[in-house]
Amino acid sequence: MTIEAHNLVWGVGRKTIVRDVSVSVQKGETLGLIGPNGSGKSSLLRLLAGLRQPRSGDVRINGQDVARVSRRALARQVAFVQQNAATDTNVSVHDVVKLGRTPHRSALAGWSAADEAAVSNALAQVDMQSRSGQAWQTLSGGERQRVHIARALAQSPIVMFLDEPTNHLDIHHQIEILRMVRDLPLTSIVALHDLNLAAMFCDRIVVMQDGALVACGSPGDVLTEALLHSVFRVAASVSAADASERPHIRFRSE
Amino acid sequence: MSVHHSVSTHHHGGSGAGWLALFLVLSLLLLGLVVAIATAIGDYAIGLDTVFLAVTNGLGLTGADISPIEQSVVWDLRLSRALVAALSGAGLAICGAILQALLRNPLAEPFVLGVSAGASTGAVCVIVLGIGGGGLSLSMGAFTGAFSAFALVAILSNGATSGPNHTILAGVAAAQLFNALTSYIVTTSGNAQQARDVMFWLLGSFGGVRWPDFHLLIIVVVLGLGVCLYMARALDAFTFGDEDAAALGVPVARIRLVLFALTAMITATIVSMVGAIGFVGLVVPHAARYVVGPMHLRLLPASAAIGAVFMVLADIASRVIVSQQTVPIGVVTALVGVPFFALILYRSRPQT
Ligand SMILES: Nc1ncnc2c1ncn2[C@@H]1O[C@H](COP(=O)(O)OP(=O)(O)OP(=O)(O)O)[C@@H](O)[C@H]1O
Ligand SMILES: [Mg+2]
Repeated sequence: MTIEAHNLVWGVGRKTIVRDVSVSVQKGETLGLIGPNGSGKSSLLRLLAGLRQPRSGDVRINGQDVARVSRRALARQVAFVQQNAATDTNVSVHDVVKLGRTPHRSALAGWSAADEAAVSNALAQVDMQSRSGQAWQTLSGGERQRVHIARALAQSPIVMFLDEPTNHLDIHHQIEILRMVRDLPLTSIVALHDLNLAAMFCDRIVVMQDGALVACGSPGDVLTEALLHSVFRVAASVSAADASERPHIRFRSE
Repeated sequence: MSVHHSVSTHHHGGSGAGWLALFLVLSLLLLGLVVAIATAIGDYAIGLDTVFLAVTNGLGLTGADISPIEQSVVWDLRLSRALVAALSGAGLAICGAILQALLRNPLAEPFVLGVSAGASTGAVCVIVLGIGGGGLSLSMGAFTGAFSAFALVAILSNGATSGPNHTILAGVAAAQLFNALTSYIVTTSGNAQQARDVMFWLLGSFGGVRWPDFHLLIIVVVLGLGVCLYMARALDAFTFGDEDAAALGVPVARIRLVLFALTAMITATIVSMVGAIGFVGLVVPHAARYVVGPMHLRLLPASAAIGAVFMVLADIASRVIVSQQTVPIGVVTALVGVPFFALILYRSRPQT
């Protein structure tokens, strides 16, 4: 198992936000994380990435407890793409992607050929190599998001957490980015709102509601009409021919 | 936020290390020149050639025959003063650059953590209340006050770990408290002359500095710059916020506390020596960003260089604007700096 979390509990003040969540993800697997707004997806991803300390429970990545590894050692293995990241500083696209190399460089080390290769590869993977010199402030919302994904790729991680990586992207790039995440030899957990994309690109899907996991399994097993009705309060018809095929969801308006 | 954004909208020059090296070499040459001018100019004008010989004499390199008065004015008074000015400018500019990055606020400057307010309280305790009974120098009093203010800010903001805006608010609260204490002491116990002394001290003056000040300051500033350069990569990682820096492997809480303490140390040392000189720490980092871009391994040395040159120029101006009189240096930095800054703002306005 690459990622293993046991009985995670986290909250703020008296409010419990993540309730007793356990998940495990195999090497190379792409796990989809779905759930309504405020159900705790981002909070869970932060716990898994070691950015928050759980009240109880633990997270192991490649067998190591993330609470005991140094931040730097962890960042060499784990990359995190935030739901929304913003800055007032005027940095170029290249500068932003370069930040991804931070955990791999010592304090004063020069810029190596390997670093540059990682950066230009990452930019190429998100189709932004021609924008390397552009100012980050002048990018469109979707372009910013792709640059952030490139930065995570430049970190050369073995585990990647993506918090709604496609919410500003056009349909072509939504599909391209998710296809890339699926095809890379990375273990990844992706929070998504588009259920059809989740069904198309995730090996397994977990569903969160009110901070707890309510379902976990293959897209065909999880995305049922009953679950969509109880968790998302929508009426939908799911067309899944058989278990080997990916389900397709059509929402009904009544 | 607009200042930060617009000032650095387009980077000038290339982005290679060569450009930075060229810029630093040119700045050092310029710094040498302005220090020489600062040493030559004054009520008692001395030629540049004599200045040069007096300096080499002072360093023990030559034994040229110049009048002892000129030797003493150049070496004992003016050179130490010019070098302290350069180091103060460099130190304040570095602190400004660091605080702008850590607090993610373009209006952050070295005094945002209440250090200058604390220094003034410490200073009035010595000047007006006579605490220490003459055994405690003005500088020591100011330094103690400055660090007490920083300690208060650190406590109010959980060791400066509770986020940028919280830290800024803690700084504002500390500054208000210490300013109120200063006013209280001055109005209840001071006489008019003491109030004037305090006011003049606060606006900054290089009048009293001598070689021992230089020796202390060069250690503090050079060490500080060294530590900051060592942490420059980590500072870059704060571009998208604390959590993002943590995701990039930066030990956020530790870096914040170390750098806040370091800036407080540098600022307190400078303030206790030459008073609270405003504007340099706010504006110089923006100017430097305009020249070398926002990444800190380049920004910090460039800020130091620009700050040093700027402060020596301001010191020269403070002595020549009004004959036979020295204008407070804090007044000059603002008077000279604002037009420069306006030019940069204008040239870098966002293209819409
Ligand atoms: N620091 C905090 N203090 C108080 N409440 C918080 C905090 N962080 C998160 N919450 C609450 O916890 C709940 C879960 O938040 P989270 O961001 O994990 O949701 P999410 O599933 O990612 O939602 P979305 O789909 O809108 O991104 C929300 O109700 C949020 O208001
Ligand atoms: Mg979220």
